[in-house]
This record gives sequence, structure tokens and C-alpha cells, in this order.
Amino acid sequence: MNETLTPQAWQAIALTLKLATLTSGLLLLIATPLAWWLSQTRSPWRSSISALVMLPLVLPPTVLGFYLLVLLGPQGWVGQFTQSMGLGVLSFSFPGLLIGSTVFSLPFAVQPIQYAFEAMGTRPMEVAATLRARPIDAFFSVALPLAKPGLLTATVLSFAHTVGEFGVVLMIGGNIPGETRVVSTQIYGHVEAMEYAQAHGLAAGMVVFSFAVLIALARLKKRSDKVLS
Amino acid sequence: MTGDPSLRICASLDRGDFALQVDLTLPAKGITVLFGPSGCGKTTVLRCVAGLEQAHGLITLGPETWQDSAKRLFKPTWRREIGYVFQEASLFEHLNVRENLLFGLRRAGKTRATQGLDAALDLLGITHLLDRAVTGLSGGERQRVAMARALAAQPKLLLLDEPLASLDIARRQEVLPWLERLHDQLQIPMLYVTHSVDELARLADHVVMLDRGSVRACAPLAEAMASQDVALAIGEEAGLVTQGQVIDRSPQDHLAQIQFGGGILWVRDPGMAVGQTVRVRILARDVSLALTVHDDTTLQNRLQGVIESIEADIHPSQAIVRVRCGRERVLARVTLRSLRNLSLEAGASVWCQVKSVALII
Repeated sequence: MNETLTPQAWQAIALTLKLATLTSGLLLLIATPLAWWLSQTRSPWRSSISALVMLPLVLPPTVLGFYLLVLLGPQGWVGQFTQSMGLGVLSFSFPGLLIGSTVFSLPFAVQPIQYAFEAMGTRPMEVAATLRARPIDAFFSVALPLAKPGLLTATVLSFAHTVGEFGVVLMIGGNIPGETRVVSTQIYGHVEAMEYAQAHGLAAGMVVFSFAVLIALARLKKRSDKVLS
Repeated sequence: MTGDPSLRICASLDRGDFALQVDLTLPAKGITVLFGPSGCGKTTVLRCVAGLEQAHGLITLGPETWQDSAKRLFKPTWRREIGYVFQEASLFEHLNVRENLLFGLRRAGKTRATQGLDAALDLLGITHLLDRAVTGLSGGERQRVAMARALAAQPKLLLLDEPLASLDIARRQEVLPWLERLHDQLQIPMLYVTHSVDELARLADHVVMLDRGSVRACAPLAEAMASQDVALAIGEEAGLVTQGQVIDRSPQDHLAQIQFGGGILWVRDPGMAVGQTVRVRILARDVSLALTVHDDTTLQNRLQGVIESIEADIHPSQAIVRVRCGRERVLARVTLRSLRNLSLEAGASVWCQVKSVALII
């Protein structure tokens, strides 16, 4: 492997793993309260918010990437805000890429957690309340542990989905080595340069990785089914 | 009831297809059974008391006010000192039995907390299950753990929502004695929801009968069982349920003599002690009426009384005759034709011949 993978390829792999880890971590923090709200609320806003969360599922990544680029760029709202905070412009940078992939993988994190909360029903929270647990206590001591299979699935899915993204990365991150060049864009670069051997090394790795993720998800599902039955 | 702490439940709710309108003042001791067909609102009443649902009204237990809509006061569930046992297994599956039991106890902040736990473990006989996973328990064991968990936090009121309904008959018979133990040994009041007449007869001290969201009867057990509303509602199972005391035993006949407010009865003796208090249940269909006392019959249990009223029954051929015997009212289910033949009317002196007496120890 070492002979087929160039130092640039290893750099891309490291960056991909870093991006995927941070994205899935960030998504757990964002998606869990969002999924909880969606599973509990009777607000008329529910369907609109839910549709908004699911939007990245149906939009071409280029569309999402384009709007993120506009928003984060020097003229965009977010760009102007980050500039006024002295953070510079986030487009074509790693933080920008992180924001992009977080938005892009949001539905993959929200849905499994939301399903887990919905499958749990209202009963466990009611039981917790009759046992003197205030709502926030009940959420952490009952709802979260019971939704663990959903949280695990969400983490694996958003990690894998981030590893596999391409369009958004290209739109918002460009292809800067060490900053925004991940495995998928690296493969694209190799192919453009007719370096098929190097492309093969990375592409085969992606196939193996994706296969392993799907196996892991199936195992996870089997285990959570056993817990529920 | 003046001076006695009581449980006041005044609740009204309108959901379009279902309206609830109750105003109850219940004794703050013993078991009050909320009884009625499914959909009558009994569980809703229980959930309002727990604060799991919010109706318009007033809910107080002794000096504590849990809800007073007039003052815009509503204590959330977790601030009410209640124990709640749900219909189906409601144990937390991510915790083992011990952790389930400790869940409420830790949050109740009682100083003598472990005493509450030890007492609850003992009362429900689950000490040997402590380190088991919840998923490995039988249905009956789960409900016993759920009851112990509710009790461990030392509530001031125990609410039970059809705790036996999710169990099969065998399991029900396994759990019922534990409920009777709770009844005998606990000092706190209990509200018990059921549609089972058997559970009502065994456990109730006080009965509230609900029908389509309103109260049809609210009385001590014997009085409630003798009321027409309850008799009609429970049909074949209508009859007297009351307390009595063992006054004599006849070991060679395996019989025991029970004294109750209506007289003396011979019953099968399962091995009772003289002086023991028992519940007796006499179904209306097991009582026949006679104008004179008969000695040439195998029916040995006879109670003398006066007909208080004759009321319509579940079938047009029959009537429920309410006979006052001493302090009790015995119900007899007889045909209208025999009433006519014997010219029985209110005020007539009769003998109630009792074919069978069920004993609830």
C-alpha cells in the first residue's frame, strides 16, 4: 500500500478522518436536541423544520455547496460576520468545510435519533417524572440511554457520509492540500492527472471502508432489535 | 370526614369526543378503586392526580395542593410525592432491578431512604431479584418490581393503573396476594384503577364508579356493591361484598363460621384462625328468597331480612331484590315471575338462602 499511496494521499486520508470525526461529534451535539424537539413537539412549525433538516437528502450537493459558498464568502452574511469577528473568511478553509459537511450530513444524524426517541414513546419520560426526575434529568438519565442504538447509528452514518462526500467539498473547500483536500477530491485529482494506480489505492480503500460501515450498521440494528423485543 | 386528611379530586376536561366531569372527596387511607368500563375516564382521573394530564380543577391531598386552576397553580408530576404503577411493564430496560429501584429513591431526597427500600423489597418479596436484568423477569415479577420502585421513594399517595391487566390469569393470581399485602400493611392511601370486579371485591375499601366521564357511585365498598348502578354495571358478578370475622371452626366438617353485619354464615375453611377478619362475597345469583324458613334443604346458610327495594336487572325476566339483613344489604337475583307468585314487595319479611359464599382472606 505504501508504494501506491503518496504522502499527499496519506495527508488526504488524515484530513478526511479528522473532518469526519469532528463532523459526527458536532452533529451529535446539534442533532440530538433537534431530534428530541422534532419527536416531542406539536408545534405547527414541526413539518417545516423537519423538511428543512431533510433538504440535504434531496438537493444536489452542488446546490448546497453553492449557497454555503455564497453565505460563507466575503459578501455573505456569515462571511461578513466572521470577518467582523476577526475570523476571516471561512470558505476554502477547513472550518468552512466542517460547517458544510455538518449541514450536508444533518439528516443522517437527525433521522436515526428521532426514530429512536419516537419508538421509545412517552411512557419512559412519564415514569421518570413519577419517580421525581425533573425533565432535564429524565432526558439524560432515561431518554438518552434508551436512544443509544439511534445515537450510535447516527454517529456511524454521519461519519461514513462525511467520508463519502464530494460535491459540497469541492464547492466550498476547493482542493487545497492539507486544508481541504480529502480522499474523494484526491481521487478526483489523481484521475484528472491520469494517475490511475494512485486513484486505485484510495478508491479500493473507500470501497472496503464503506463495506465495513454497512456491516457494522447491520450488526448495530440487530442488537437494538434484540433490546427492543 | 372533618379533620381527616382527604384526597380531593375536582376535574373537568372536554376533548370533544370525551368529556370528564368529576368532583370527588376520598378518604386518605386504604384503597379507593376507580371502577368502570374502558373509556369511562378512570385512567384519565388517575393521570390528572399524577399531573401527567392537566384538566381544569382542584387536586389536593390533605394540606397539600397539587393543582388549583383558580389560582393558576399546577405542580408538575416530578414535584408531587406520588408513586405510580403503570398498566404495562414500565421498568427502565437500560437499568437492572436494583438501579430501577434506586432511581426514584435517590431523587426523593429522603434521609431515611434505604429504610423505604428495604421495606418495599420485603413487602413485595423481590430481594432475590436485585441484580437481575429487567428483561429476564416474568410479567408478574416486573409488576412487583414496579410497585416496589414506586414505594421506595416513600410517596404520600400510591396510584395504580390496572397493574394486573397486562398479565395472564395465572400471573394475576401470583401478583394479587402481594397487592393484598400492600393493602394490609401500607399506611398511605391508594387509588387503584380497574375494570375487574374480582380485584374490586378483593382490594377496595372505597369505590368510585365512573361511566362516560362522570361519577355514578362513590361509596364504601359494601354500600357501593349494593347500589343499583354498580349491580347493573357488573351484571352476573353483582352481589354483596363485606367484612366479617371468624367466630368458630368445625374441623371435622372443614367449615368455619363467620359473623358479619347481616348474620352468621358457614364457609369452607381454608385454615383460618378464630378472630381473623375476612372478606365475604355473596353473588346475587347465588341467593334465593323464601317466605318461611326451610329445614328440608341442603342450603345451610340462611339470613333473615326485610325487602328494601326491587329493581330492574340486566334481563327483563329478572329483578335485583335488595334485602336488609341486620346492618347489611344482601342482593338476590330472582325472576319477576317468582316475585309475583310469592307476592313479594318492598317491606316483606323474607329468608335469604345462600347457595355459596366466596371468601376473600
